[in-house]
Amino acid sequence: MKNKLTCNFSSISENEGLARMIAASFIAQYDPTLGELSDIKTVVSEAVTNAIIHGYNEEGFHEVCMRLSIDNRILTIEIEDQGKGINEVDQAMQPLYTSRPDMERSGMGFTIMEHFMDKVEVHSSQSRGTVVKMVKQLSAVKANCM
Amino acid sequence: MACRVEAEVKGSVLLLRMSGELDHHEVGPIRKELADLMESDSIRHIILNLAKLEFMDSSGLGLILGRYKYLQKIGGNMVLCAATPTVKRLFEMSGMYKILMVEISEERALSRLEAVQ
Ligand SMILES: Nc1ncnc2c1ncn2[C@@H]1O[C@H](COP(=O)(O)OP(=O)(O)O)[C@@H](O)[C@H]1O
Ligand SMILES: [Mg+2]
Repeated sequence: MKNKLTCNFSSISENEGLARMIAASFIAQYDPTLGELSDIKTVVSEAVTNAIIHGYNEEGFHEVCMRLSIDNRILTIEIEDQGKGINEVDQAMQPLYTSRPDMERSGMGFTIMEHFMDKVEVHSSQSRGTVVKMVKQLSAVKANCM
Repeated sequence: MACRVEAEVKGSVLLLRMSGELDHHEVGPIRKELADLMESDSIRHIILNLAKLEFMDSSGLGLILGRYKYLQKIGGNMVLCAATPTVKRLFEMSGMYKILMVEISEERALSRLEAVQ
């Protein structure tokens, strides 16, 4: 079974929680484990927060796009911004690397995304924006006892 | 969901009980609140009770790491207690689990701090 959901929302921090909730509701209908649900909420939070803070410098008048799709229990999440882009993606994805130590960022966002998802791809170009694409295979649904 | 912080000062120890969801949206106001508390009350140690924290991401880690670094500078300690498995996993991933003191309850955290003083 295939399904998808796309939404655009303002780049304000209030929407971080909203994006997590939308993603969680979208996958809830496929009987994810509690662990999977929590992993998905966390990675959505990381990528959306990055779009808002780094992509858009916390200017609230831009838009973030979240695309969710599922096919055969393979979940794909794409978070896109049209912000400033990432100069060196490899460096950005290093554990503990942050370009904003002044904001007390931990530099763990990409590390968490890579840990919790099966695959993370980052497509970015300077002053055009960034797309973070993450894929995760949800575990098979356990049959209930009759 | 918002993040609530219940703060209790016991001598030089600031006991923080956090509940709800700790993300980038929430860390701003909490960071300010904590800075005010820590300056005015001559706090040297923090006990973080995260038993009721339902969600945290790397923004929360940044907030906690920031307070930890501050305490280190003034020769104080931070004790983490009662984190849920999901929250604990983030601490482990960042390497913070190894540098923080970890106890299972507030009482134990308090006596641990008394012991090192
Ligand atoms: N959407 C984005 N737009 C521009 N830069 C980004 C984006 N996402 C991540 N980055 C860059 O990658 C770095 C690492 O991101 P991350 O691992 O989440 O750590 P943190 O958010 O704590 O800085 C950021 O500091 C930033 O420089
Ligand atoms: Mg980040």
